[in-house]
Amino acid sequence: MAEQQTKKYLKPLPHIDEEMRPWWEALQRHELYIQKCRQCGETRYYPRAQCTQCLSPKTEWVRCSGRGKIYTFTVTHQNQAAGFRESLPYVLAYVELDEGVKLLTNIVECRSEEVKIGMPVEVIYEDATPAVTLAKFRPAR
Amino acid sequence: MSLKKKAAVVGAYEHPTRFAPDKSMFQIMAESIRGALDDAGLTIKDVDGLCTTGIGMSAMGIVGFCDYMNMTPNFVDSTSIGGSSFVAHTAHAAAAITAGLCEVCVVVYGSTAASSRFAIGTGGGGIGGGGDPCDQYEVPFGPTTVGSYAMIAQRHMHDYGTTPEQLAEIAVTTRLHASMNPAAKYRDPITVEDVLASRIVSSPLHLLDCCMISDGGGALVIASADRARNMKKKPVYILGTGETVRHVADGHRDFLEVAAAQSGRLAFDRAGVAHKDIDLAMIYDSFTITVLVTLENLGFCKRGEGGAFVSGGRLRFDGDFPINTDGGGLSSNHPGMRGIFLVIEATKQLRGEGGPRQVKDCNIALVHGTGGTLGTRHSGATLILANN
Repeated sequence: MAEQQTKKYLKPLPHIDEEMRPWWEALQRHELYIQKCRQCGETRYYPRAQCTQCLSPKTEWVRCSGRGKIYTFTVTHQNQAAGFRESLPYVLAYVELDEGVKLLTNIVECRSEEVKIGMPVEVIYEDATPAVTLAKFRPAR
Repeated sequence: MSLKKKAAVVGAYEHPTRFAPDKSMFQIMAESIRGALDDAGLTIKDVDGLCTTGIGMSAMGIVGFCDYMNMTPNFVDSTSIGGSSFVAHTAHAAAAITAGLCEVCVVVYGSTAASSRFAIGTGGGGIGGGGDPCDQYEVPFGPTTVGSYAMIAQRHMHDYGTTPEQLAEIAVTTRLHASMNPAAKYRDPITVEDVLASRIVSSPLHLLDCCMISDGGGALVIASADRARNMKKKPVYILGTGETVRHVADGHRDFLEVAAAQSGRLAFDRAGVAHKDIDLAMIYDSFTITVLVTLENLGFCKRGEGGAFVSGGRLRFDGDFPINTDGGGLSSNHPGMRGIFLVIEATKQLRGEGGPRQVKDCNIALVHGTGGTLGTRHSGATLILANN
């Protein structure tokens, strides 16, 4: 952790709002959740305080297996944002989790030429800063 | 109450600039309004409605622009839904005029995106600037505008076998049209091979699959159909309108279904015309893939058939299904947003002012603007226009 604090993290960080701080805190424990409405049963990602289908605030947190498949992706060769311009090319992707929702993420620990739609992937947790952990994905092992 | 043929575009002007480091955004807008009012044969004193927004503008920019112009309109609208905004503004102006909220409404846009060096497509901050609650789940992963559209292209290729060559043909046809537009920024013809040989910006999209960043602006004047009949130019009637948004939908989105499916259906139903009646389509071409999926979602071909549909020169001004006769954002201009130019070019074509790129017997045109990022959050606004 001390090493991470001295090594400056350059990429844009999320503006975490209070509504979903518990979700981000779970990522810090290396746990990934989606939400399910206790009233109508609809699942949702990204997390938010009430269901979009019935507006109920009664929410169940569903712990994810961390497994899914690549729904679509792009190998990014140009991005002027700090942190990303130093790490080109990188893979931006939507992963469809086994729990049935798609999330935006990066595919890591694999050569970009090997990335394919439908490829099974698993979550890895990147502790970007002491306050922020990101859910990224690598080819399933 | 229907809006069909209640209002018309009576003035249209595209600012000729593509690079204007000597001008401010408001100056380009003011010069565009002067041009559009000249075209309509009206003066600024006739104008009592104003619609605008912009990428270089603050959230309250329309008030600042009224200050600059010393205007006090009876109707203002700064709906800001990305590059499609001005297509929606045209519909809102027609609705406001029909409802009696104003009589003559100007829709205007101006930007110094190029001379101010905005990195719109590859800035990495997301279109919302990273400050909306939903952005926190995206910004850390390096989404770019190009990347968002690229992910749609990747999925389309995977599902339907669409090829880079088919996407490239859209860029080639658009460049041909630009070669006939003296104001277009890029006028030298290109080939499919040129597109495929250009560098990959975000796979599978090449540089020549992407629109440019230019400076520029334009303005439209909208008035009631009754008033339009006594104007300087032939009126271009607004027959039907539609607008909506698409987004990640709780993580359940079908990504190849885009806003055009809904806004197009609304516009066709309200206009009471059929697909076969459309003589020209002006389709927002932020990227080649934008055109292909928009045509599918508007219903001009079935889902998955867009690749074949855009091939074989069909989209040329003299082809079976002419689109983007001004040279589009791919080759004419793209000052951050270009919805207004779609309406301006459709107006010119419906008046028969297309010059060497005039579409033969052009009587009904469809305009579709896409705003934002297709693979994350975007808007769609459709207009159907006619000259009689």
